[in-house]
Amino acid sequence: MSVKVKFFASLADVVGARDATCEYAPSMTVSQVWSVISSDKDLPNGMLCARNQAYCDLEDSVEDGDEVAFFPPATGG
Amino acid sequence: MKWLSSRRPRGARLTVEICARGFSPYERLASYERDVLGERCRAIGASASFIGSMRDHNEGEQVLEMTLEHYPGMTEQHLESIGAEAQNKWGLDDFLIVHRTGEVVPGDPIVLVAVWARHRAHAFDACRFIMEDLKSKAPFWKKELTGEGERWVTNNTPGTTEEFEANQ
Repeated sequence: MSVKVKFFASLADVVGARDATCEYAPSMTVSQVWSVISSDKDLPNGMLCARNQAYCDLEDSVEDGDEVAFFPPATGG
Repeated sequence: MKWLSSRRPRGARLTVEICARGFSPYERLASYERDVLGERCRAIGASASFIGSMRDHNEGEQVLEMTLEHYPGMTEQHLESIGAEAQNKWGLDDFLIVHRTGEVVPGDPIVLVAVWARHRAHAFDACRFIMEDLKSKAPFWKKELTGEGERWVTNNTPGTTEEFEANQ
């Protein structure tokens, strides 16, 4: 029962990790995944999130086995 | 990726490539037209392409090198999805999106967006649509190396002349 968590770019530097695992709890949201992983720190302003490799909202629900990612706005191209 | 078979042009490959090594956009365009479009080029009246390269300066400082990071899997899915949206909206005959990752130096190509259509209006509009979405939503991130050290790029330059000039 777990959620795979990924961090990218400047947020990976802030967190000090690129990957983490979060214990899954029923009715968990993406925001709660961040809270568990960060020990209740605020998500830095402007950060975005994805669930199973698609953009999502912080209040979206997650399911056991999901992949959740947190990262800053894209700057490619 | 799911396609409505009736909307996908016969023979279209609709290609997204993430490149960890340097590439020549002009050679890739030529090989794509030769090997993928082939005889279909006879029915295509317009192609539009955009090539983005690394600048040697940004925000008033000289930039020596840059590292491009991406989210493997999500990046490809996002680009395939936006390409499919453009293909459906403008009836493209094909598209090719190539994007670098890893370390690049000034002058290196970073991105190629190319589209093929029956008419220029569709080609121009679709190429800009894909490129603007890529810039703001495809999960790539740039880290620059300047004389002062490393820094993450946090802003994209505006995509229209009006917005760009208003921003100067």
